[in-house]
Amino acid sequence: MAITTMIGAKIHRREDPRLVSGEGHYVDDFTRPHTLHLAVVRSPHAHARVRSIDITQASKAAGVVAIYTHKDFAKVLSGTIPVTPSFVAEKNQIPPHFPIADKEVVYQGEPVAVVLAESKYGAADAASLIDVDYEQLPAVMDLEKALDAKSPKVHSGAADNLGWDLTYIPDDVAVMKEADVVIKQRILQQRLAPTPMEPRGVLAEYSRGDGTLTVWMSSQNPHFVRLFLAGAMGLPETRVRVISPDVGGGFGSKISPYSEDWLVPAAAKLSGRPVKWIETRTESLQTTTHGRGMIFDLEAGVKKDGTLVALKVIQYMDIGAYMGTFSAFQANSCLLSGGAYNWKHIGARTVGVLTNRVPTDPYRGAGRPEATHLCERMIDLLADAIKMDPAAIRRKNFITDFPHTSHFGLIYDSGAYEKALEKALQMAGYEKLRKEQEEGRKKGRYLGIGLSSWIEICGFGPSAGTAPATGGIALVEAAQVRVFPTGSVAVYVGTHSHGQGHDTTFPQIVADTLGVPYDMVELHHGDTAEGPAFGYGTYGSRSLAVGGMAVHKASKKVVDKARKLAAHIFEAAEEDVVFEQGQFYVKGSPDKRKALGEIAFASFGMNLPEGMEQSLEAVAYYDPSNFVFPFGTHIAIVEVDPETGNADLKRYVAVDDCGNIINPMIVDGQVQGGIAQGIAQALYEEVAYDDESGQMKTATLTDYLVPTANEFPMFELDHTITPSPTNELGVKGIGEAGTIAASAAVINAIVDALSPFGIKHIDMPASPDRIWKQIQTARGTSHDGKEARR
Amino acid sequence: MKHKVATTVNGHPQEHEVEPRLLLVHYLRDVVGLTGTHIGCDTSQCGACTILVDGKAVKSCTMFAVQAEGKNLTTIEGLAHDGQLHPLQQAFWDEHGLQCGYCTPGFIMAAAYLLAQNPNPTDDDIRKGLEGNLCRCTGYVNIIKSVKSAAAMMGGATEKAGERAAAAKRS
Repeated sequence: MAITTMIGAKIHRREDPRLVSGEGHYVDDFTRPHTLHLAVVRSPHAHARVRSIDITQASKAAGVVAIYTHKDFAKVLSGTIPVTPSFVAEKNQIPPHFPIADKEVVYQGEPVAVVLAESKYGAADAASLIDVDYEQLPAVMDLEKALDAKSPKVHSGAADNLGWDLTYIPDDVAVMKEADVVIKQRILQQRLAPTPMEPRGVLAEYSRGDGTLTVWMSSQNPHFVRLFLAGAMGLPETRVRVISPDVGGGFGSKISPYSEDWLVPAAAKLSGRPVKWIETRTESLQTTTHGRGMIFDLEAGVKKDGTLVALKVIQYMDIGAYMGTFSAFQANSCLLSGGAYNWKHIGARTVGVLTNRVPTDPYRGAGRPEATHLCERMIDLLADAIKMDPAAIRRKNFITDFPHTSHFGLIYDSGAYEKALEKALQMAGYEKLRKEQEEGRKKGRYLGIGLSSWIEICGFGPSAGTAPATGGIALVEAAQVRVFPTGSVAVYVGTHSHGQGHDTTFPQIVADTLGVPYDMVELHHGDTAEGPAFGYGTYGSRSLAVGGMAVHKASKKVVDKARKLAAHIFEAAEEDVVFEQGQFYVKGSPDKRKALGEIAFASFGMNLPEGMEQSLEAVAYYDPSNFVFPFGTHIAIVEVDPETGNADLKRYVAVDDCGNIINPMIVDGQVQGGIAQGIAQALYEEVAYDDESGQMKTATLTDYLVPTANEFPMFELDHTITPSPTNELGVKGIGEAGTIAASAAVINAIVDALSPFGIKHIDMPASPDRIWKQIQTARGTSHDGKEARR
Repeated sequence: MKHKVATTVNGHPQEHEVEPRLLLVHYLRDVVGLTGTHIGCDTSQCGACTILVDGKAVKSCTMFAVQAEGKNLTTIEGLAHDGQLHPLQQAFWDEHGLQCGYCTPGFIMAAAYLLAQNPNPTDDDIRKGLEGNLCRCTGYVNIIKSVKSAAAMMGGATEKAGERAAAAKRS
């Protein structure tokens, strides 16, 4: 068996045989003896005062064991759900967020009581019998209205609804004046529901005997949950064990802690029995954090020859009723707004606004899809204004020298933007497509070609940048490598795999670094009782560039120790010992070899060098020196039917560059899924609320349009490879790339298709309804003026 | 009041007393103890709970357990035979047709019915045949490839799933 060619190989996933056999273990598949089922009573109103809660009828219902409200939880939980500084250190206000409402509810779905019953049907029955007397208060649903001084307040008694207002770089009017053409545009980013197929869930068991708490939950981030939960319950971390088993997707929505993550363990402590809560889909859509939810006011200037001059960005972010733990992370849209291009100046300001909606937090891409969308849209608007080809304006303005220091002080590690663009153009057959487009228009066919030359920042991150952003904990990553006497290797990591395939890819790295057969390496993650003291979770496309490097670093420590022992066994100087493909030998005597497994066996024996301890075992914490900046170009080809407004996505071409690739099959899978979510934003999905009542109108999958297999073509994928100089493996990240790129490609294609109508911009989702109305407006024909989806 | 329900699940006879309102999916998961069938929505949109009822794909959240009286039920746990994965399970593995794996049992069961009806489906036949199932991870690209690959495996008399598996793992 080959032992040093695992990196870069298409290895099939070792987690799959059990997952395709129904032997996965997701949180709802676990149970404990005498488990109680918890149902949450939630506010039906977006904003109301809680006058009283009558539990008389519910208490009498069959199988009901306990009903808890704020006053009960206040006895066992302290503090509030944490909010990190992220990219906005100074906030105007952070509304305190206790996991259950007391006197006031501020969004539809906020918990007001919980029922514990012997069965889940019984818990749901009893929850419906709890009578909460609400006094409705005016709700603030609209971001812009919320900023008005006369607006009602999201939280009664607050001075205003402003979360933050931070100018990163002031705009420079003088530079903008250097432009021959200046375009202003408002771009909307609708709210999206992350919608992992497995909703959230928590099972908690508290032992009154020894004061230990074990929690099974669907999380991207079990160590952080343990940290926060231990604090809230006043337990040492050593007595709290969080197990995040198989997780059915996260997409950013399972990073931050939630109310139920506190309430379920607290209910287990209060009741003295294990307690389980599994989110329904309606609860998921109503209470799991949303993504996006922004308005961008933009201004961009260009010279006639296509040279970009200046960009001005104002980001208004709908925070929701409380600040999400990583709410201000999405302000990175400002920091990445310049995209892949040289601008003489960029001015950027972010404004966070509270509304009576569920909080927003990261959703796949988390700020970077918004940045790409605004940048790539403005580039197309500028190209149109000076009658330049969209490919040509990109080519002319790409950043070409690396490392590149951006206006915001970020250092882009490496890139070859034009190479990816050219490859994508070639795959798409760009010139031919333009001819087809021209021919088609003569026959009344509206073909559109949309480009998106995206970049992103990922691999969170260097301690210097991330420790201040989290409030003290650097987002480095930990790994432990243990070699057993027979040469089997167990690896423990602080990242969490919920579809990304780490069980396969991380052992590929270990197999190559240690030179042991891949099949002898096993990965463990998701249990805070195992491995290093802390793990940092999986989000922000960080697992490989940070976690994979921790695995690599720990493996190298093992090799270093093994080399010392090999030298001792060979009775040679350490510097004369060669390590090659898993074998040690003394320089000049390649015939006399010892495999790492043999050294491992010897490491448990008695013949060790002076002072060396038994075993080959190492822990490493990897602190990257910089972030990484993947990039690429995506091209969408659509045909719009002006009579129905339907945009048919005919082809989708993507060339991505994530540095060196560990497993191409998994990289392509990540890109495909990412593209699908970006297309979903461009064409289908939107969380809609009724502005008057504050009721969510998309609280089931009947109303919230997650696309089916019918909605996508087969994507045409390829790569360029520009290794990152930041880390030894030369890797970047790929988990979010597709989503970051896709919405801009699709919308640019639709606008391109509609350009004969004089249409310059369309917002998302570009539903048939929205497209059709825009065509009618452009044609000067009347329509009812209402938007059916809103 | 409880009702008696007798079914056959993956070839094994089952008999239980259940509440008349108990959904079939909860019966399978909580009463029979087969947790491979998943729940992803409340409104029969997602298809994660798809099983075969007398050979026909059914979302098991749309039936009461008592309606399954006398029926032959097949869940994801019942597809493999003698330790050999069903061609669809094998194909989903080979073609990277799953990521988080949560929707996968439902897709495989829906695809099993699809292939029983149409052993040689086109890409569009597969898309239409699986439109009752939602996946959030894959963009469906590799799911379509998986079903095509399984169709080829099931049609190809000379190519055994096991041999193919061994070859695929070494590529």
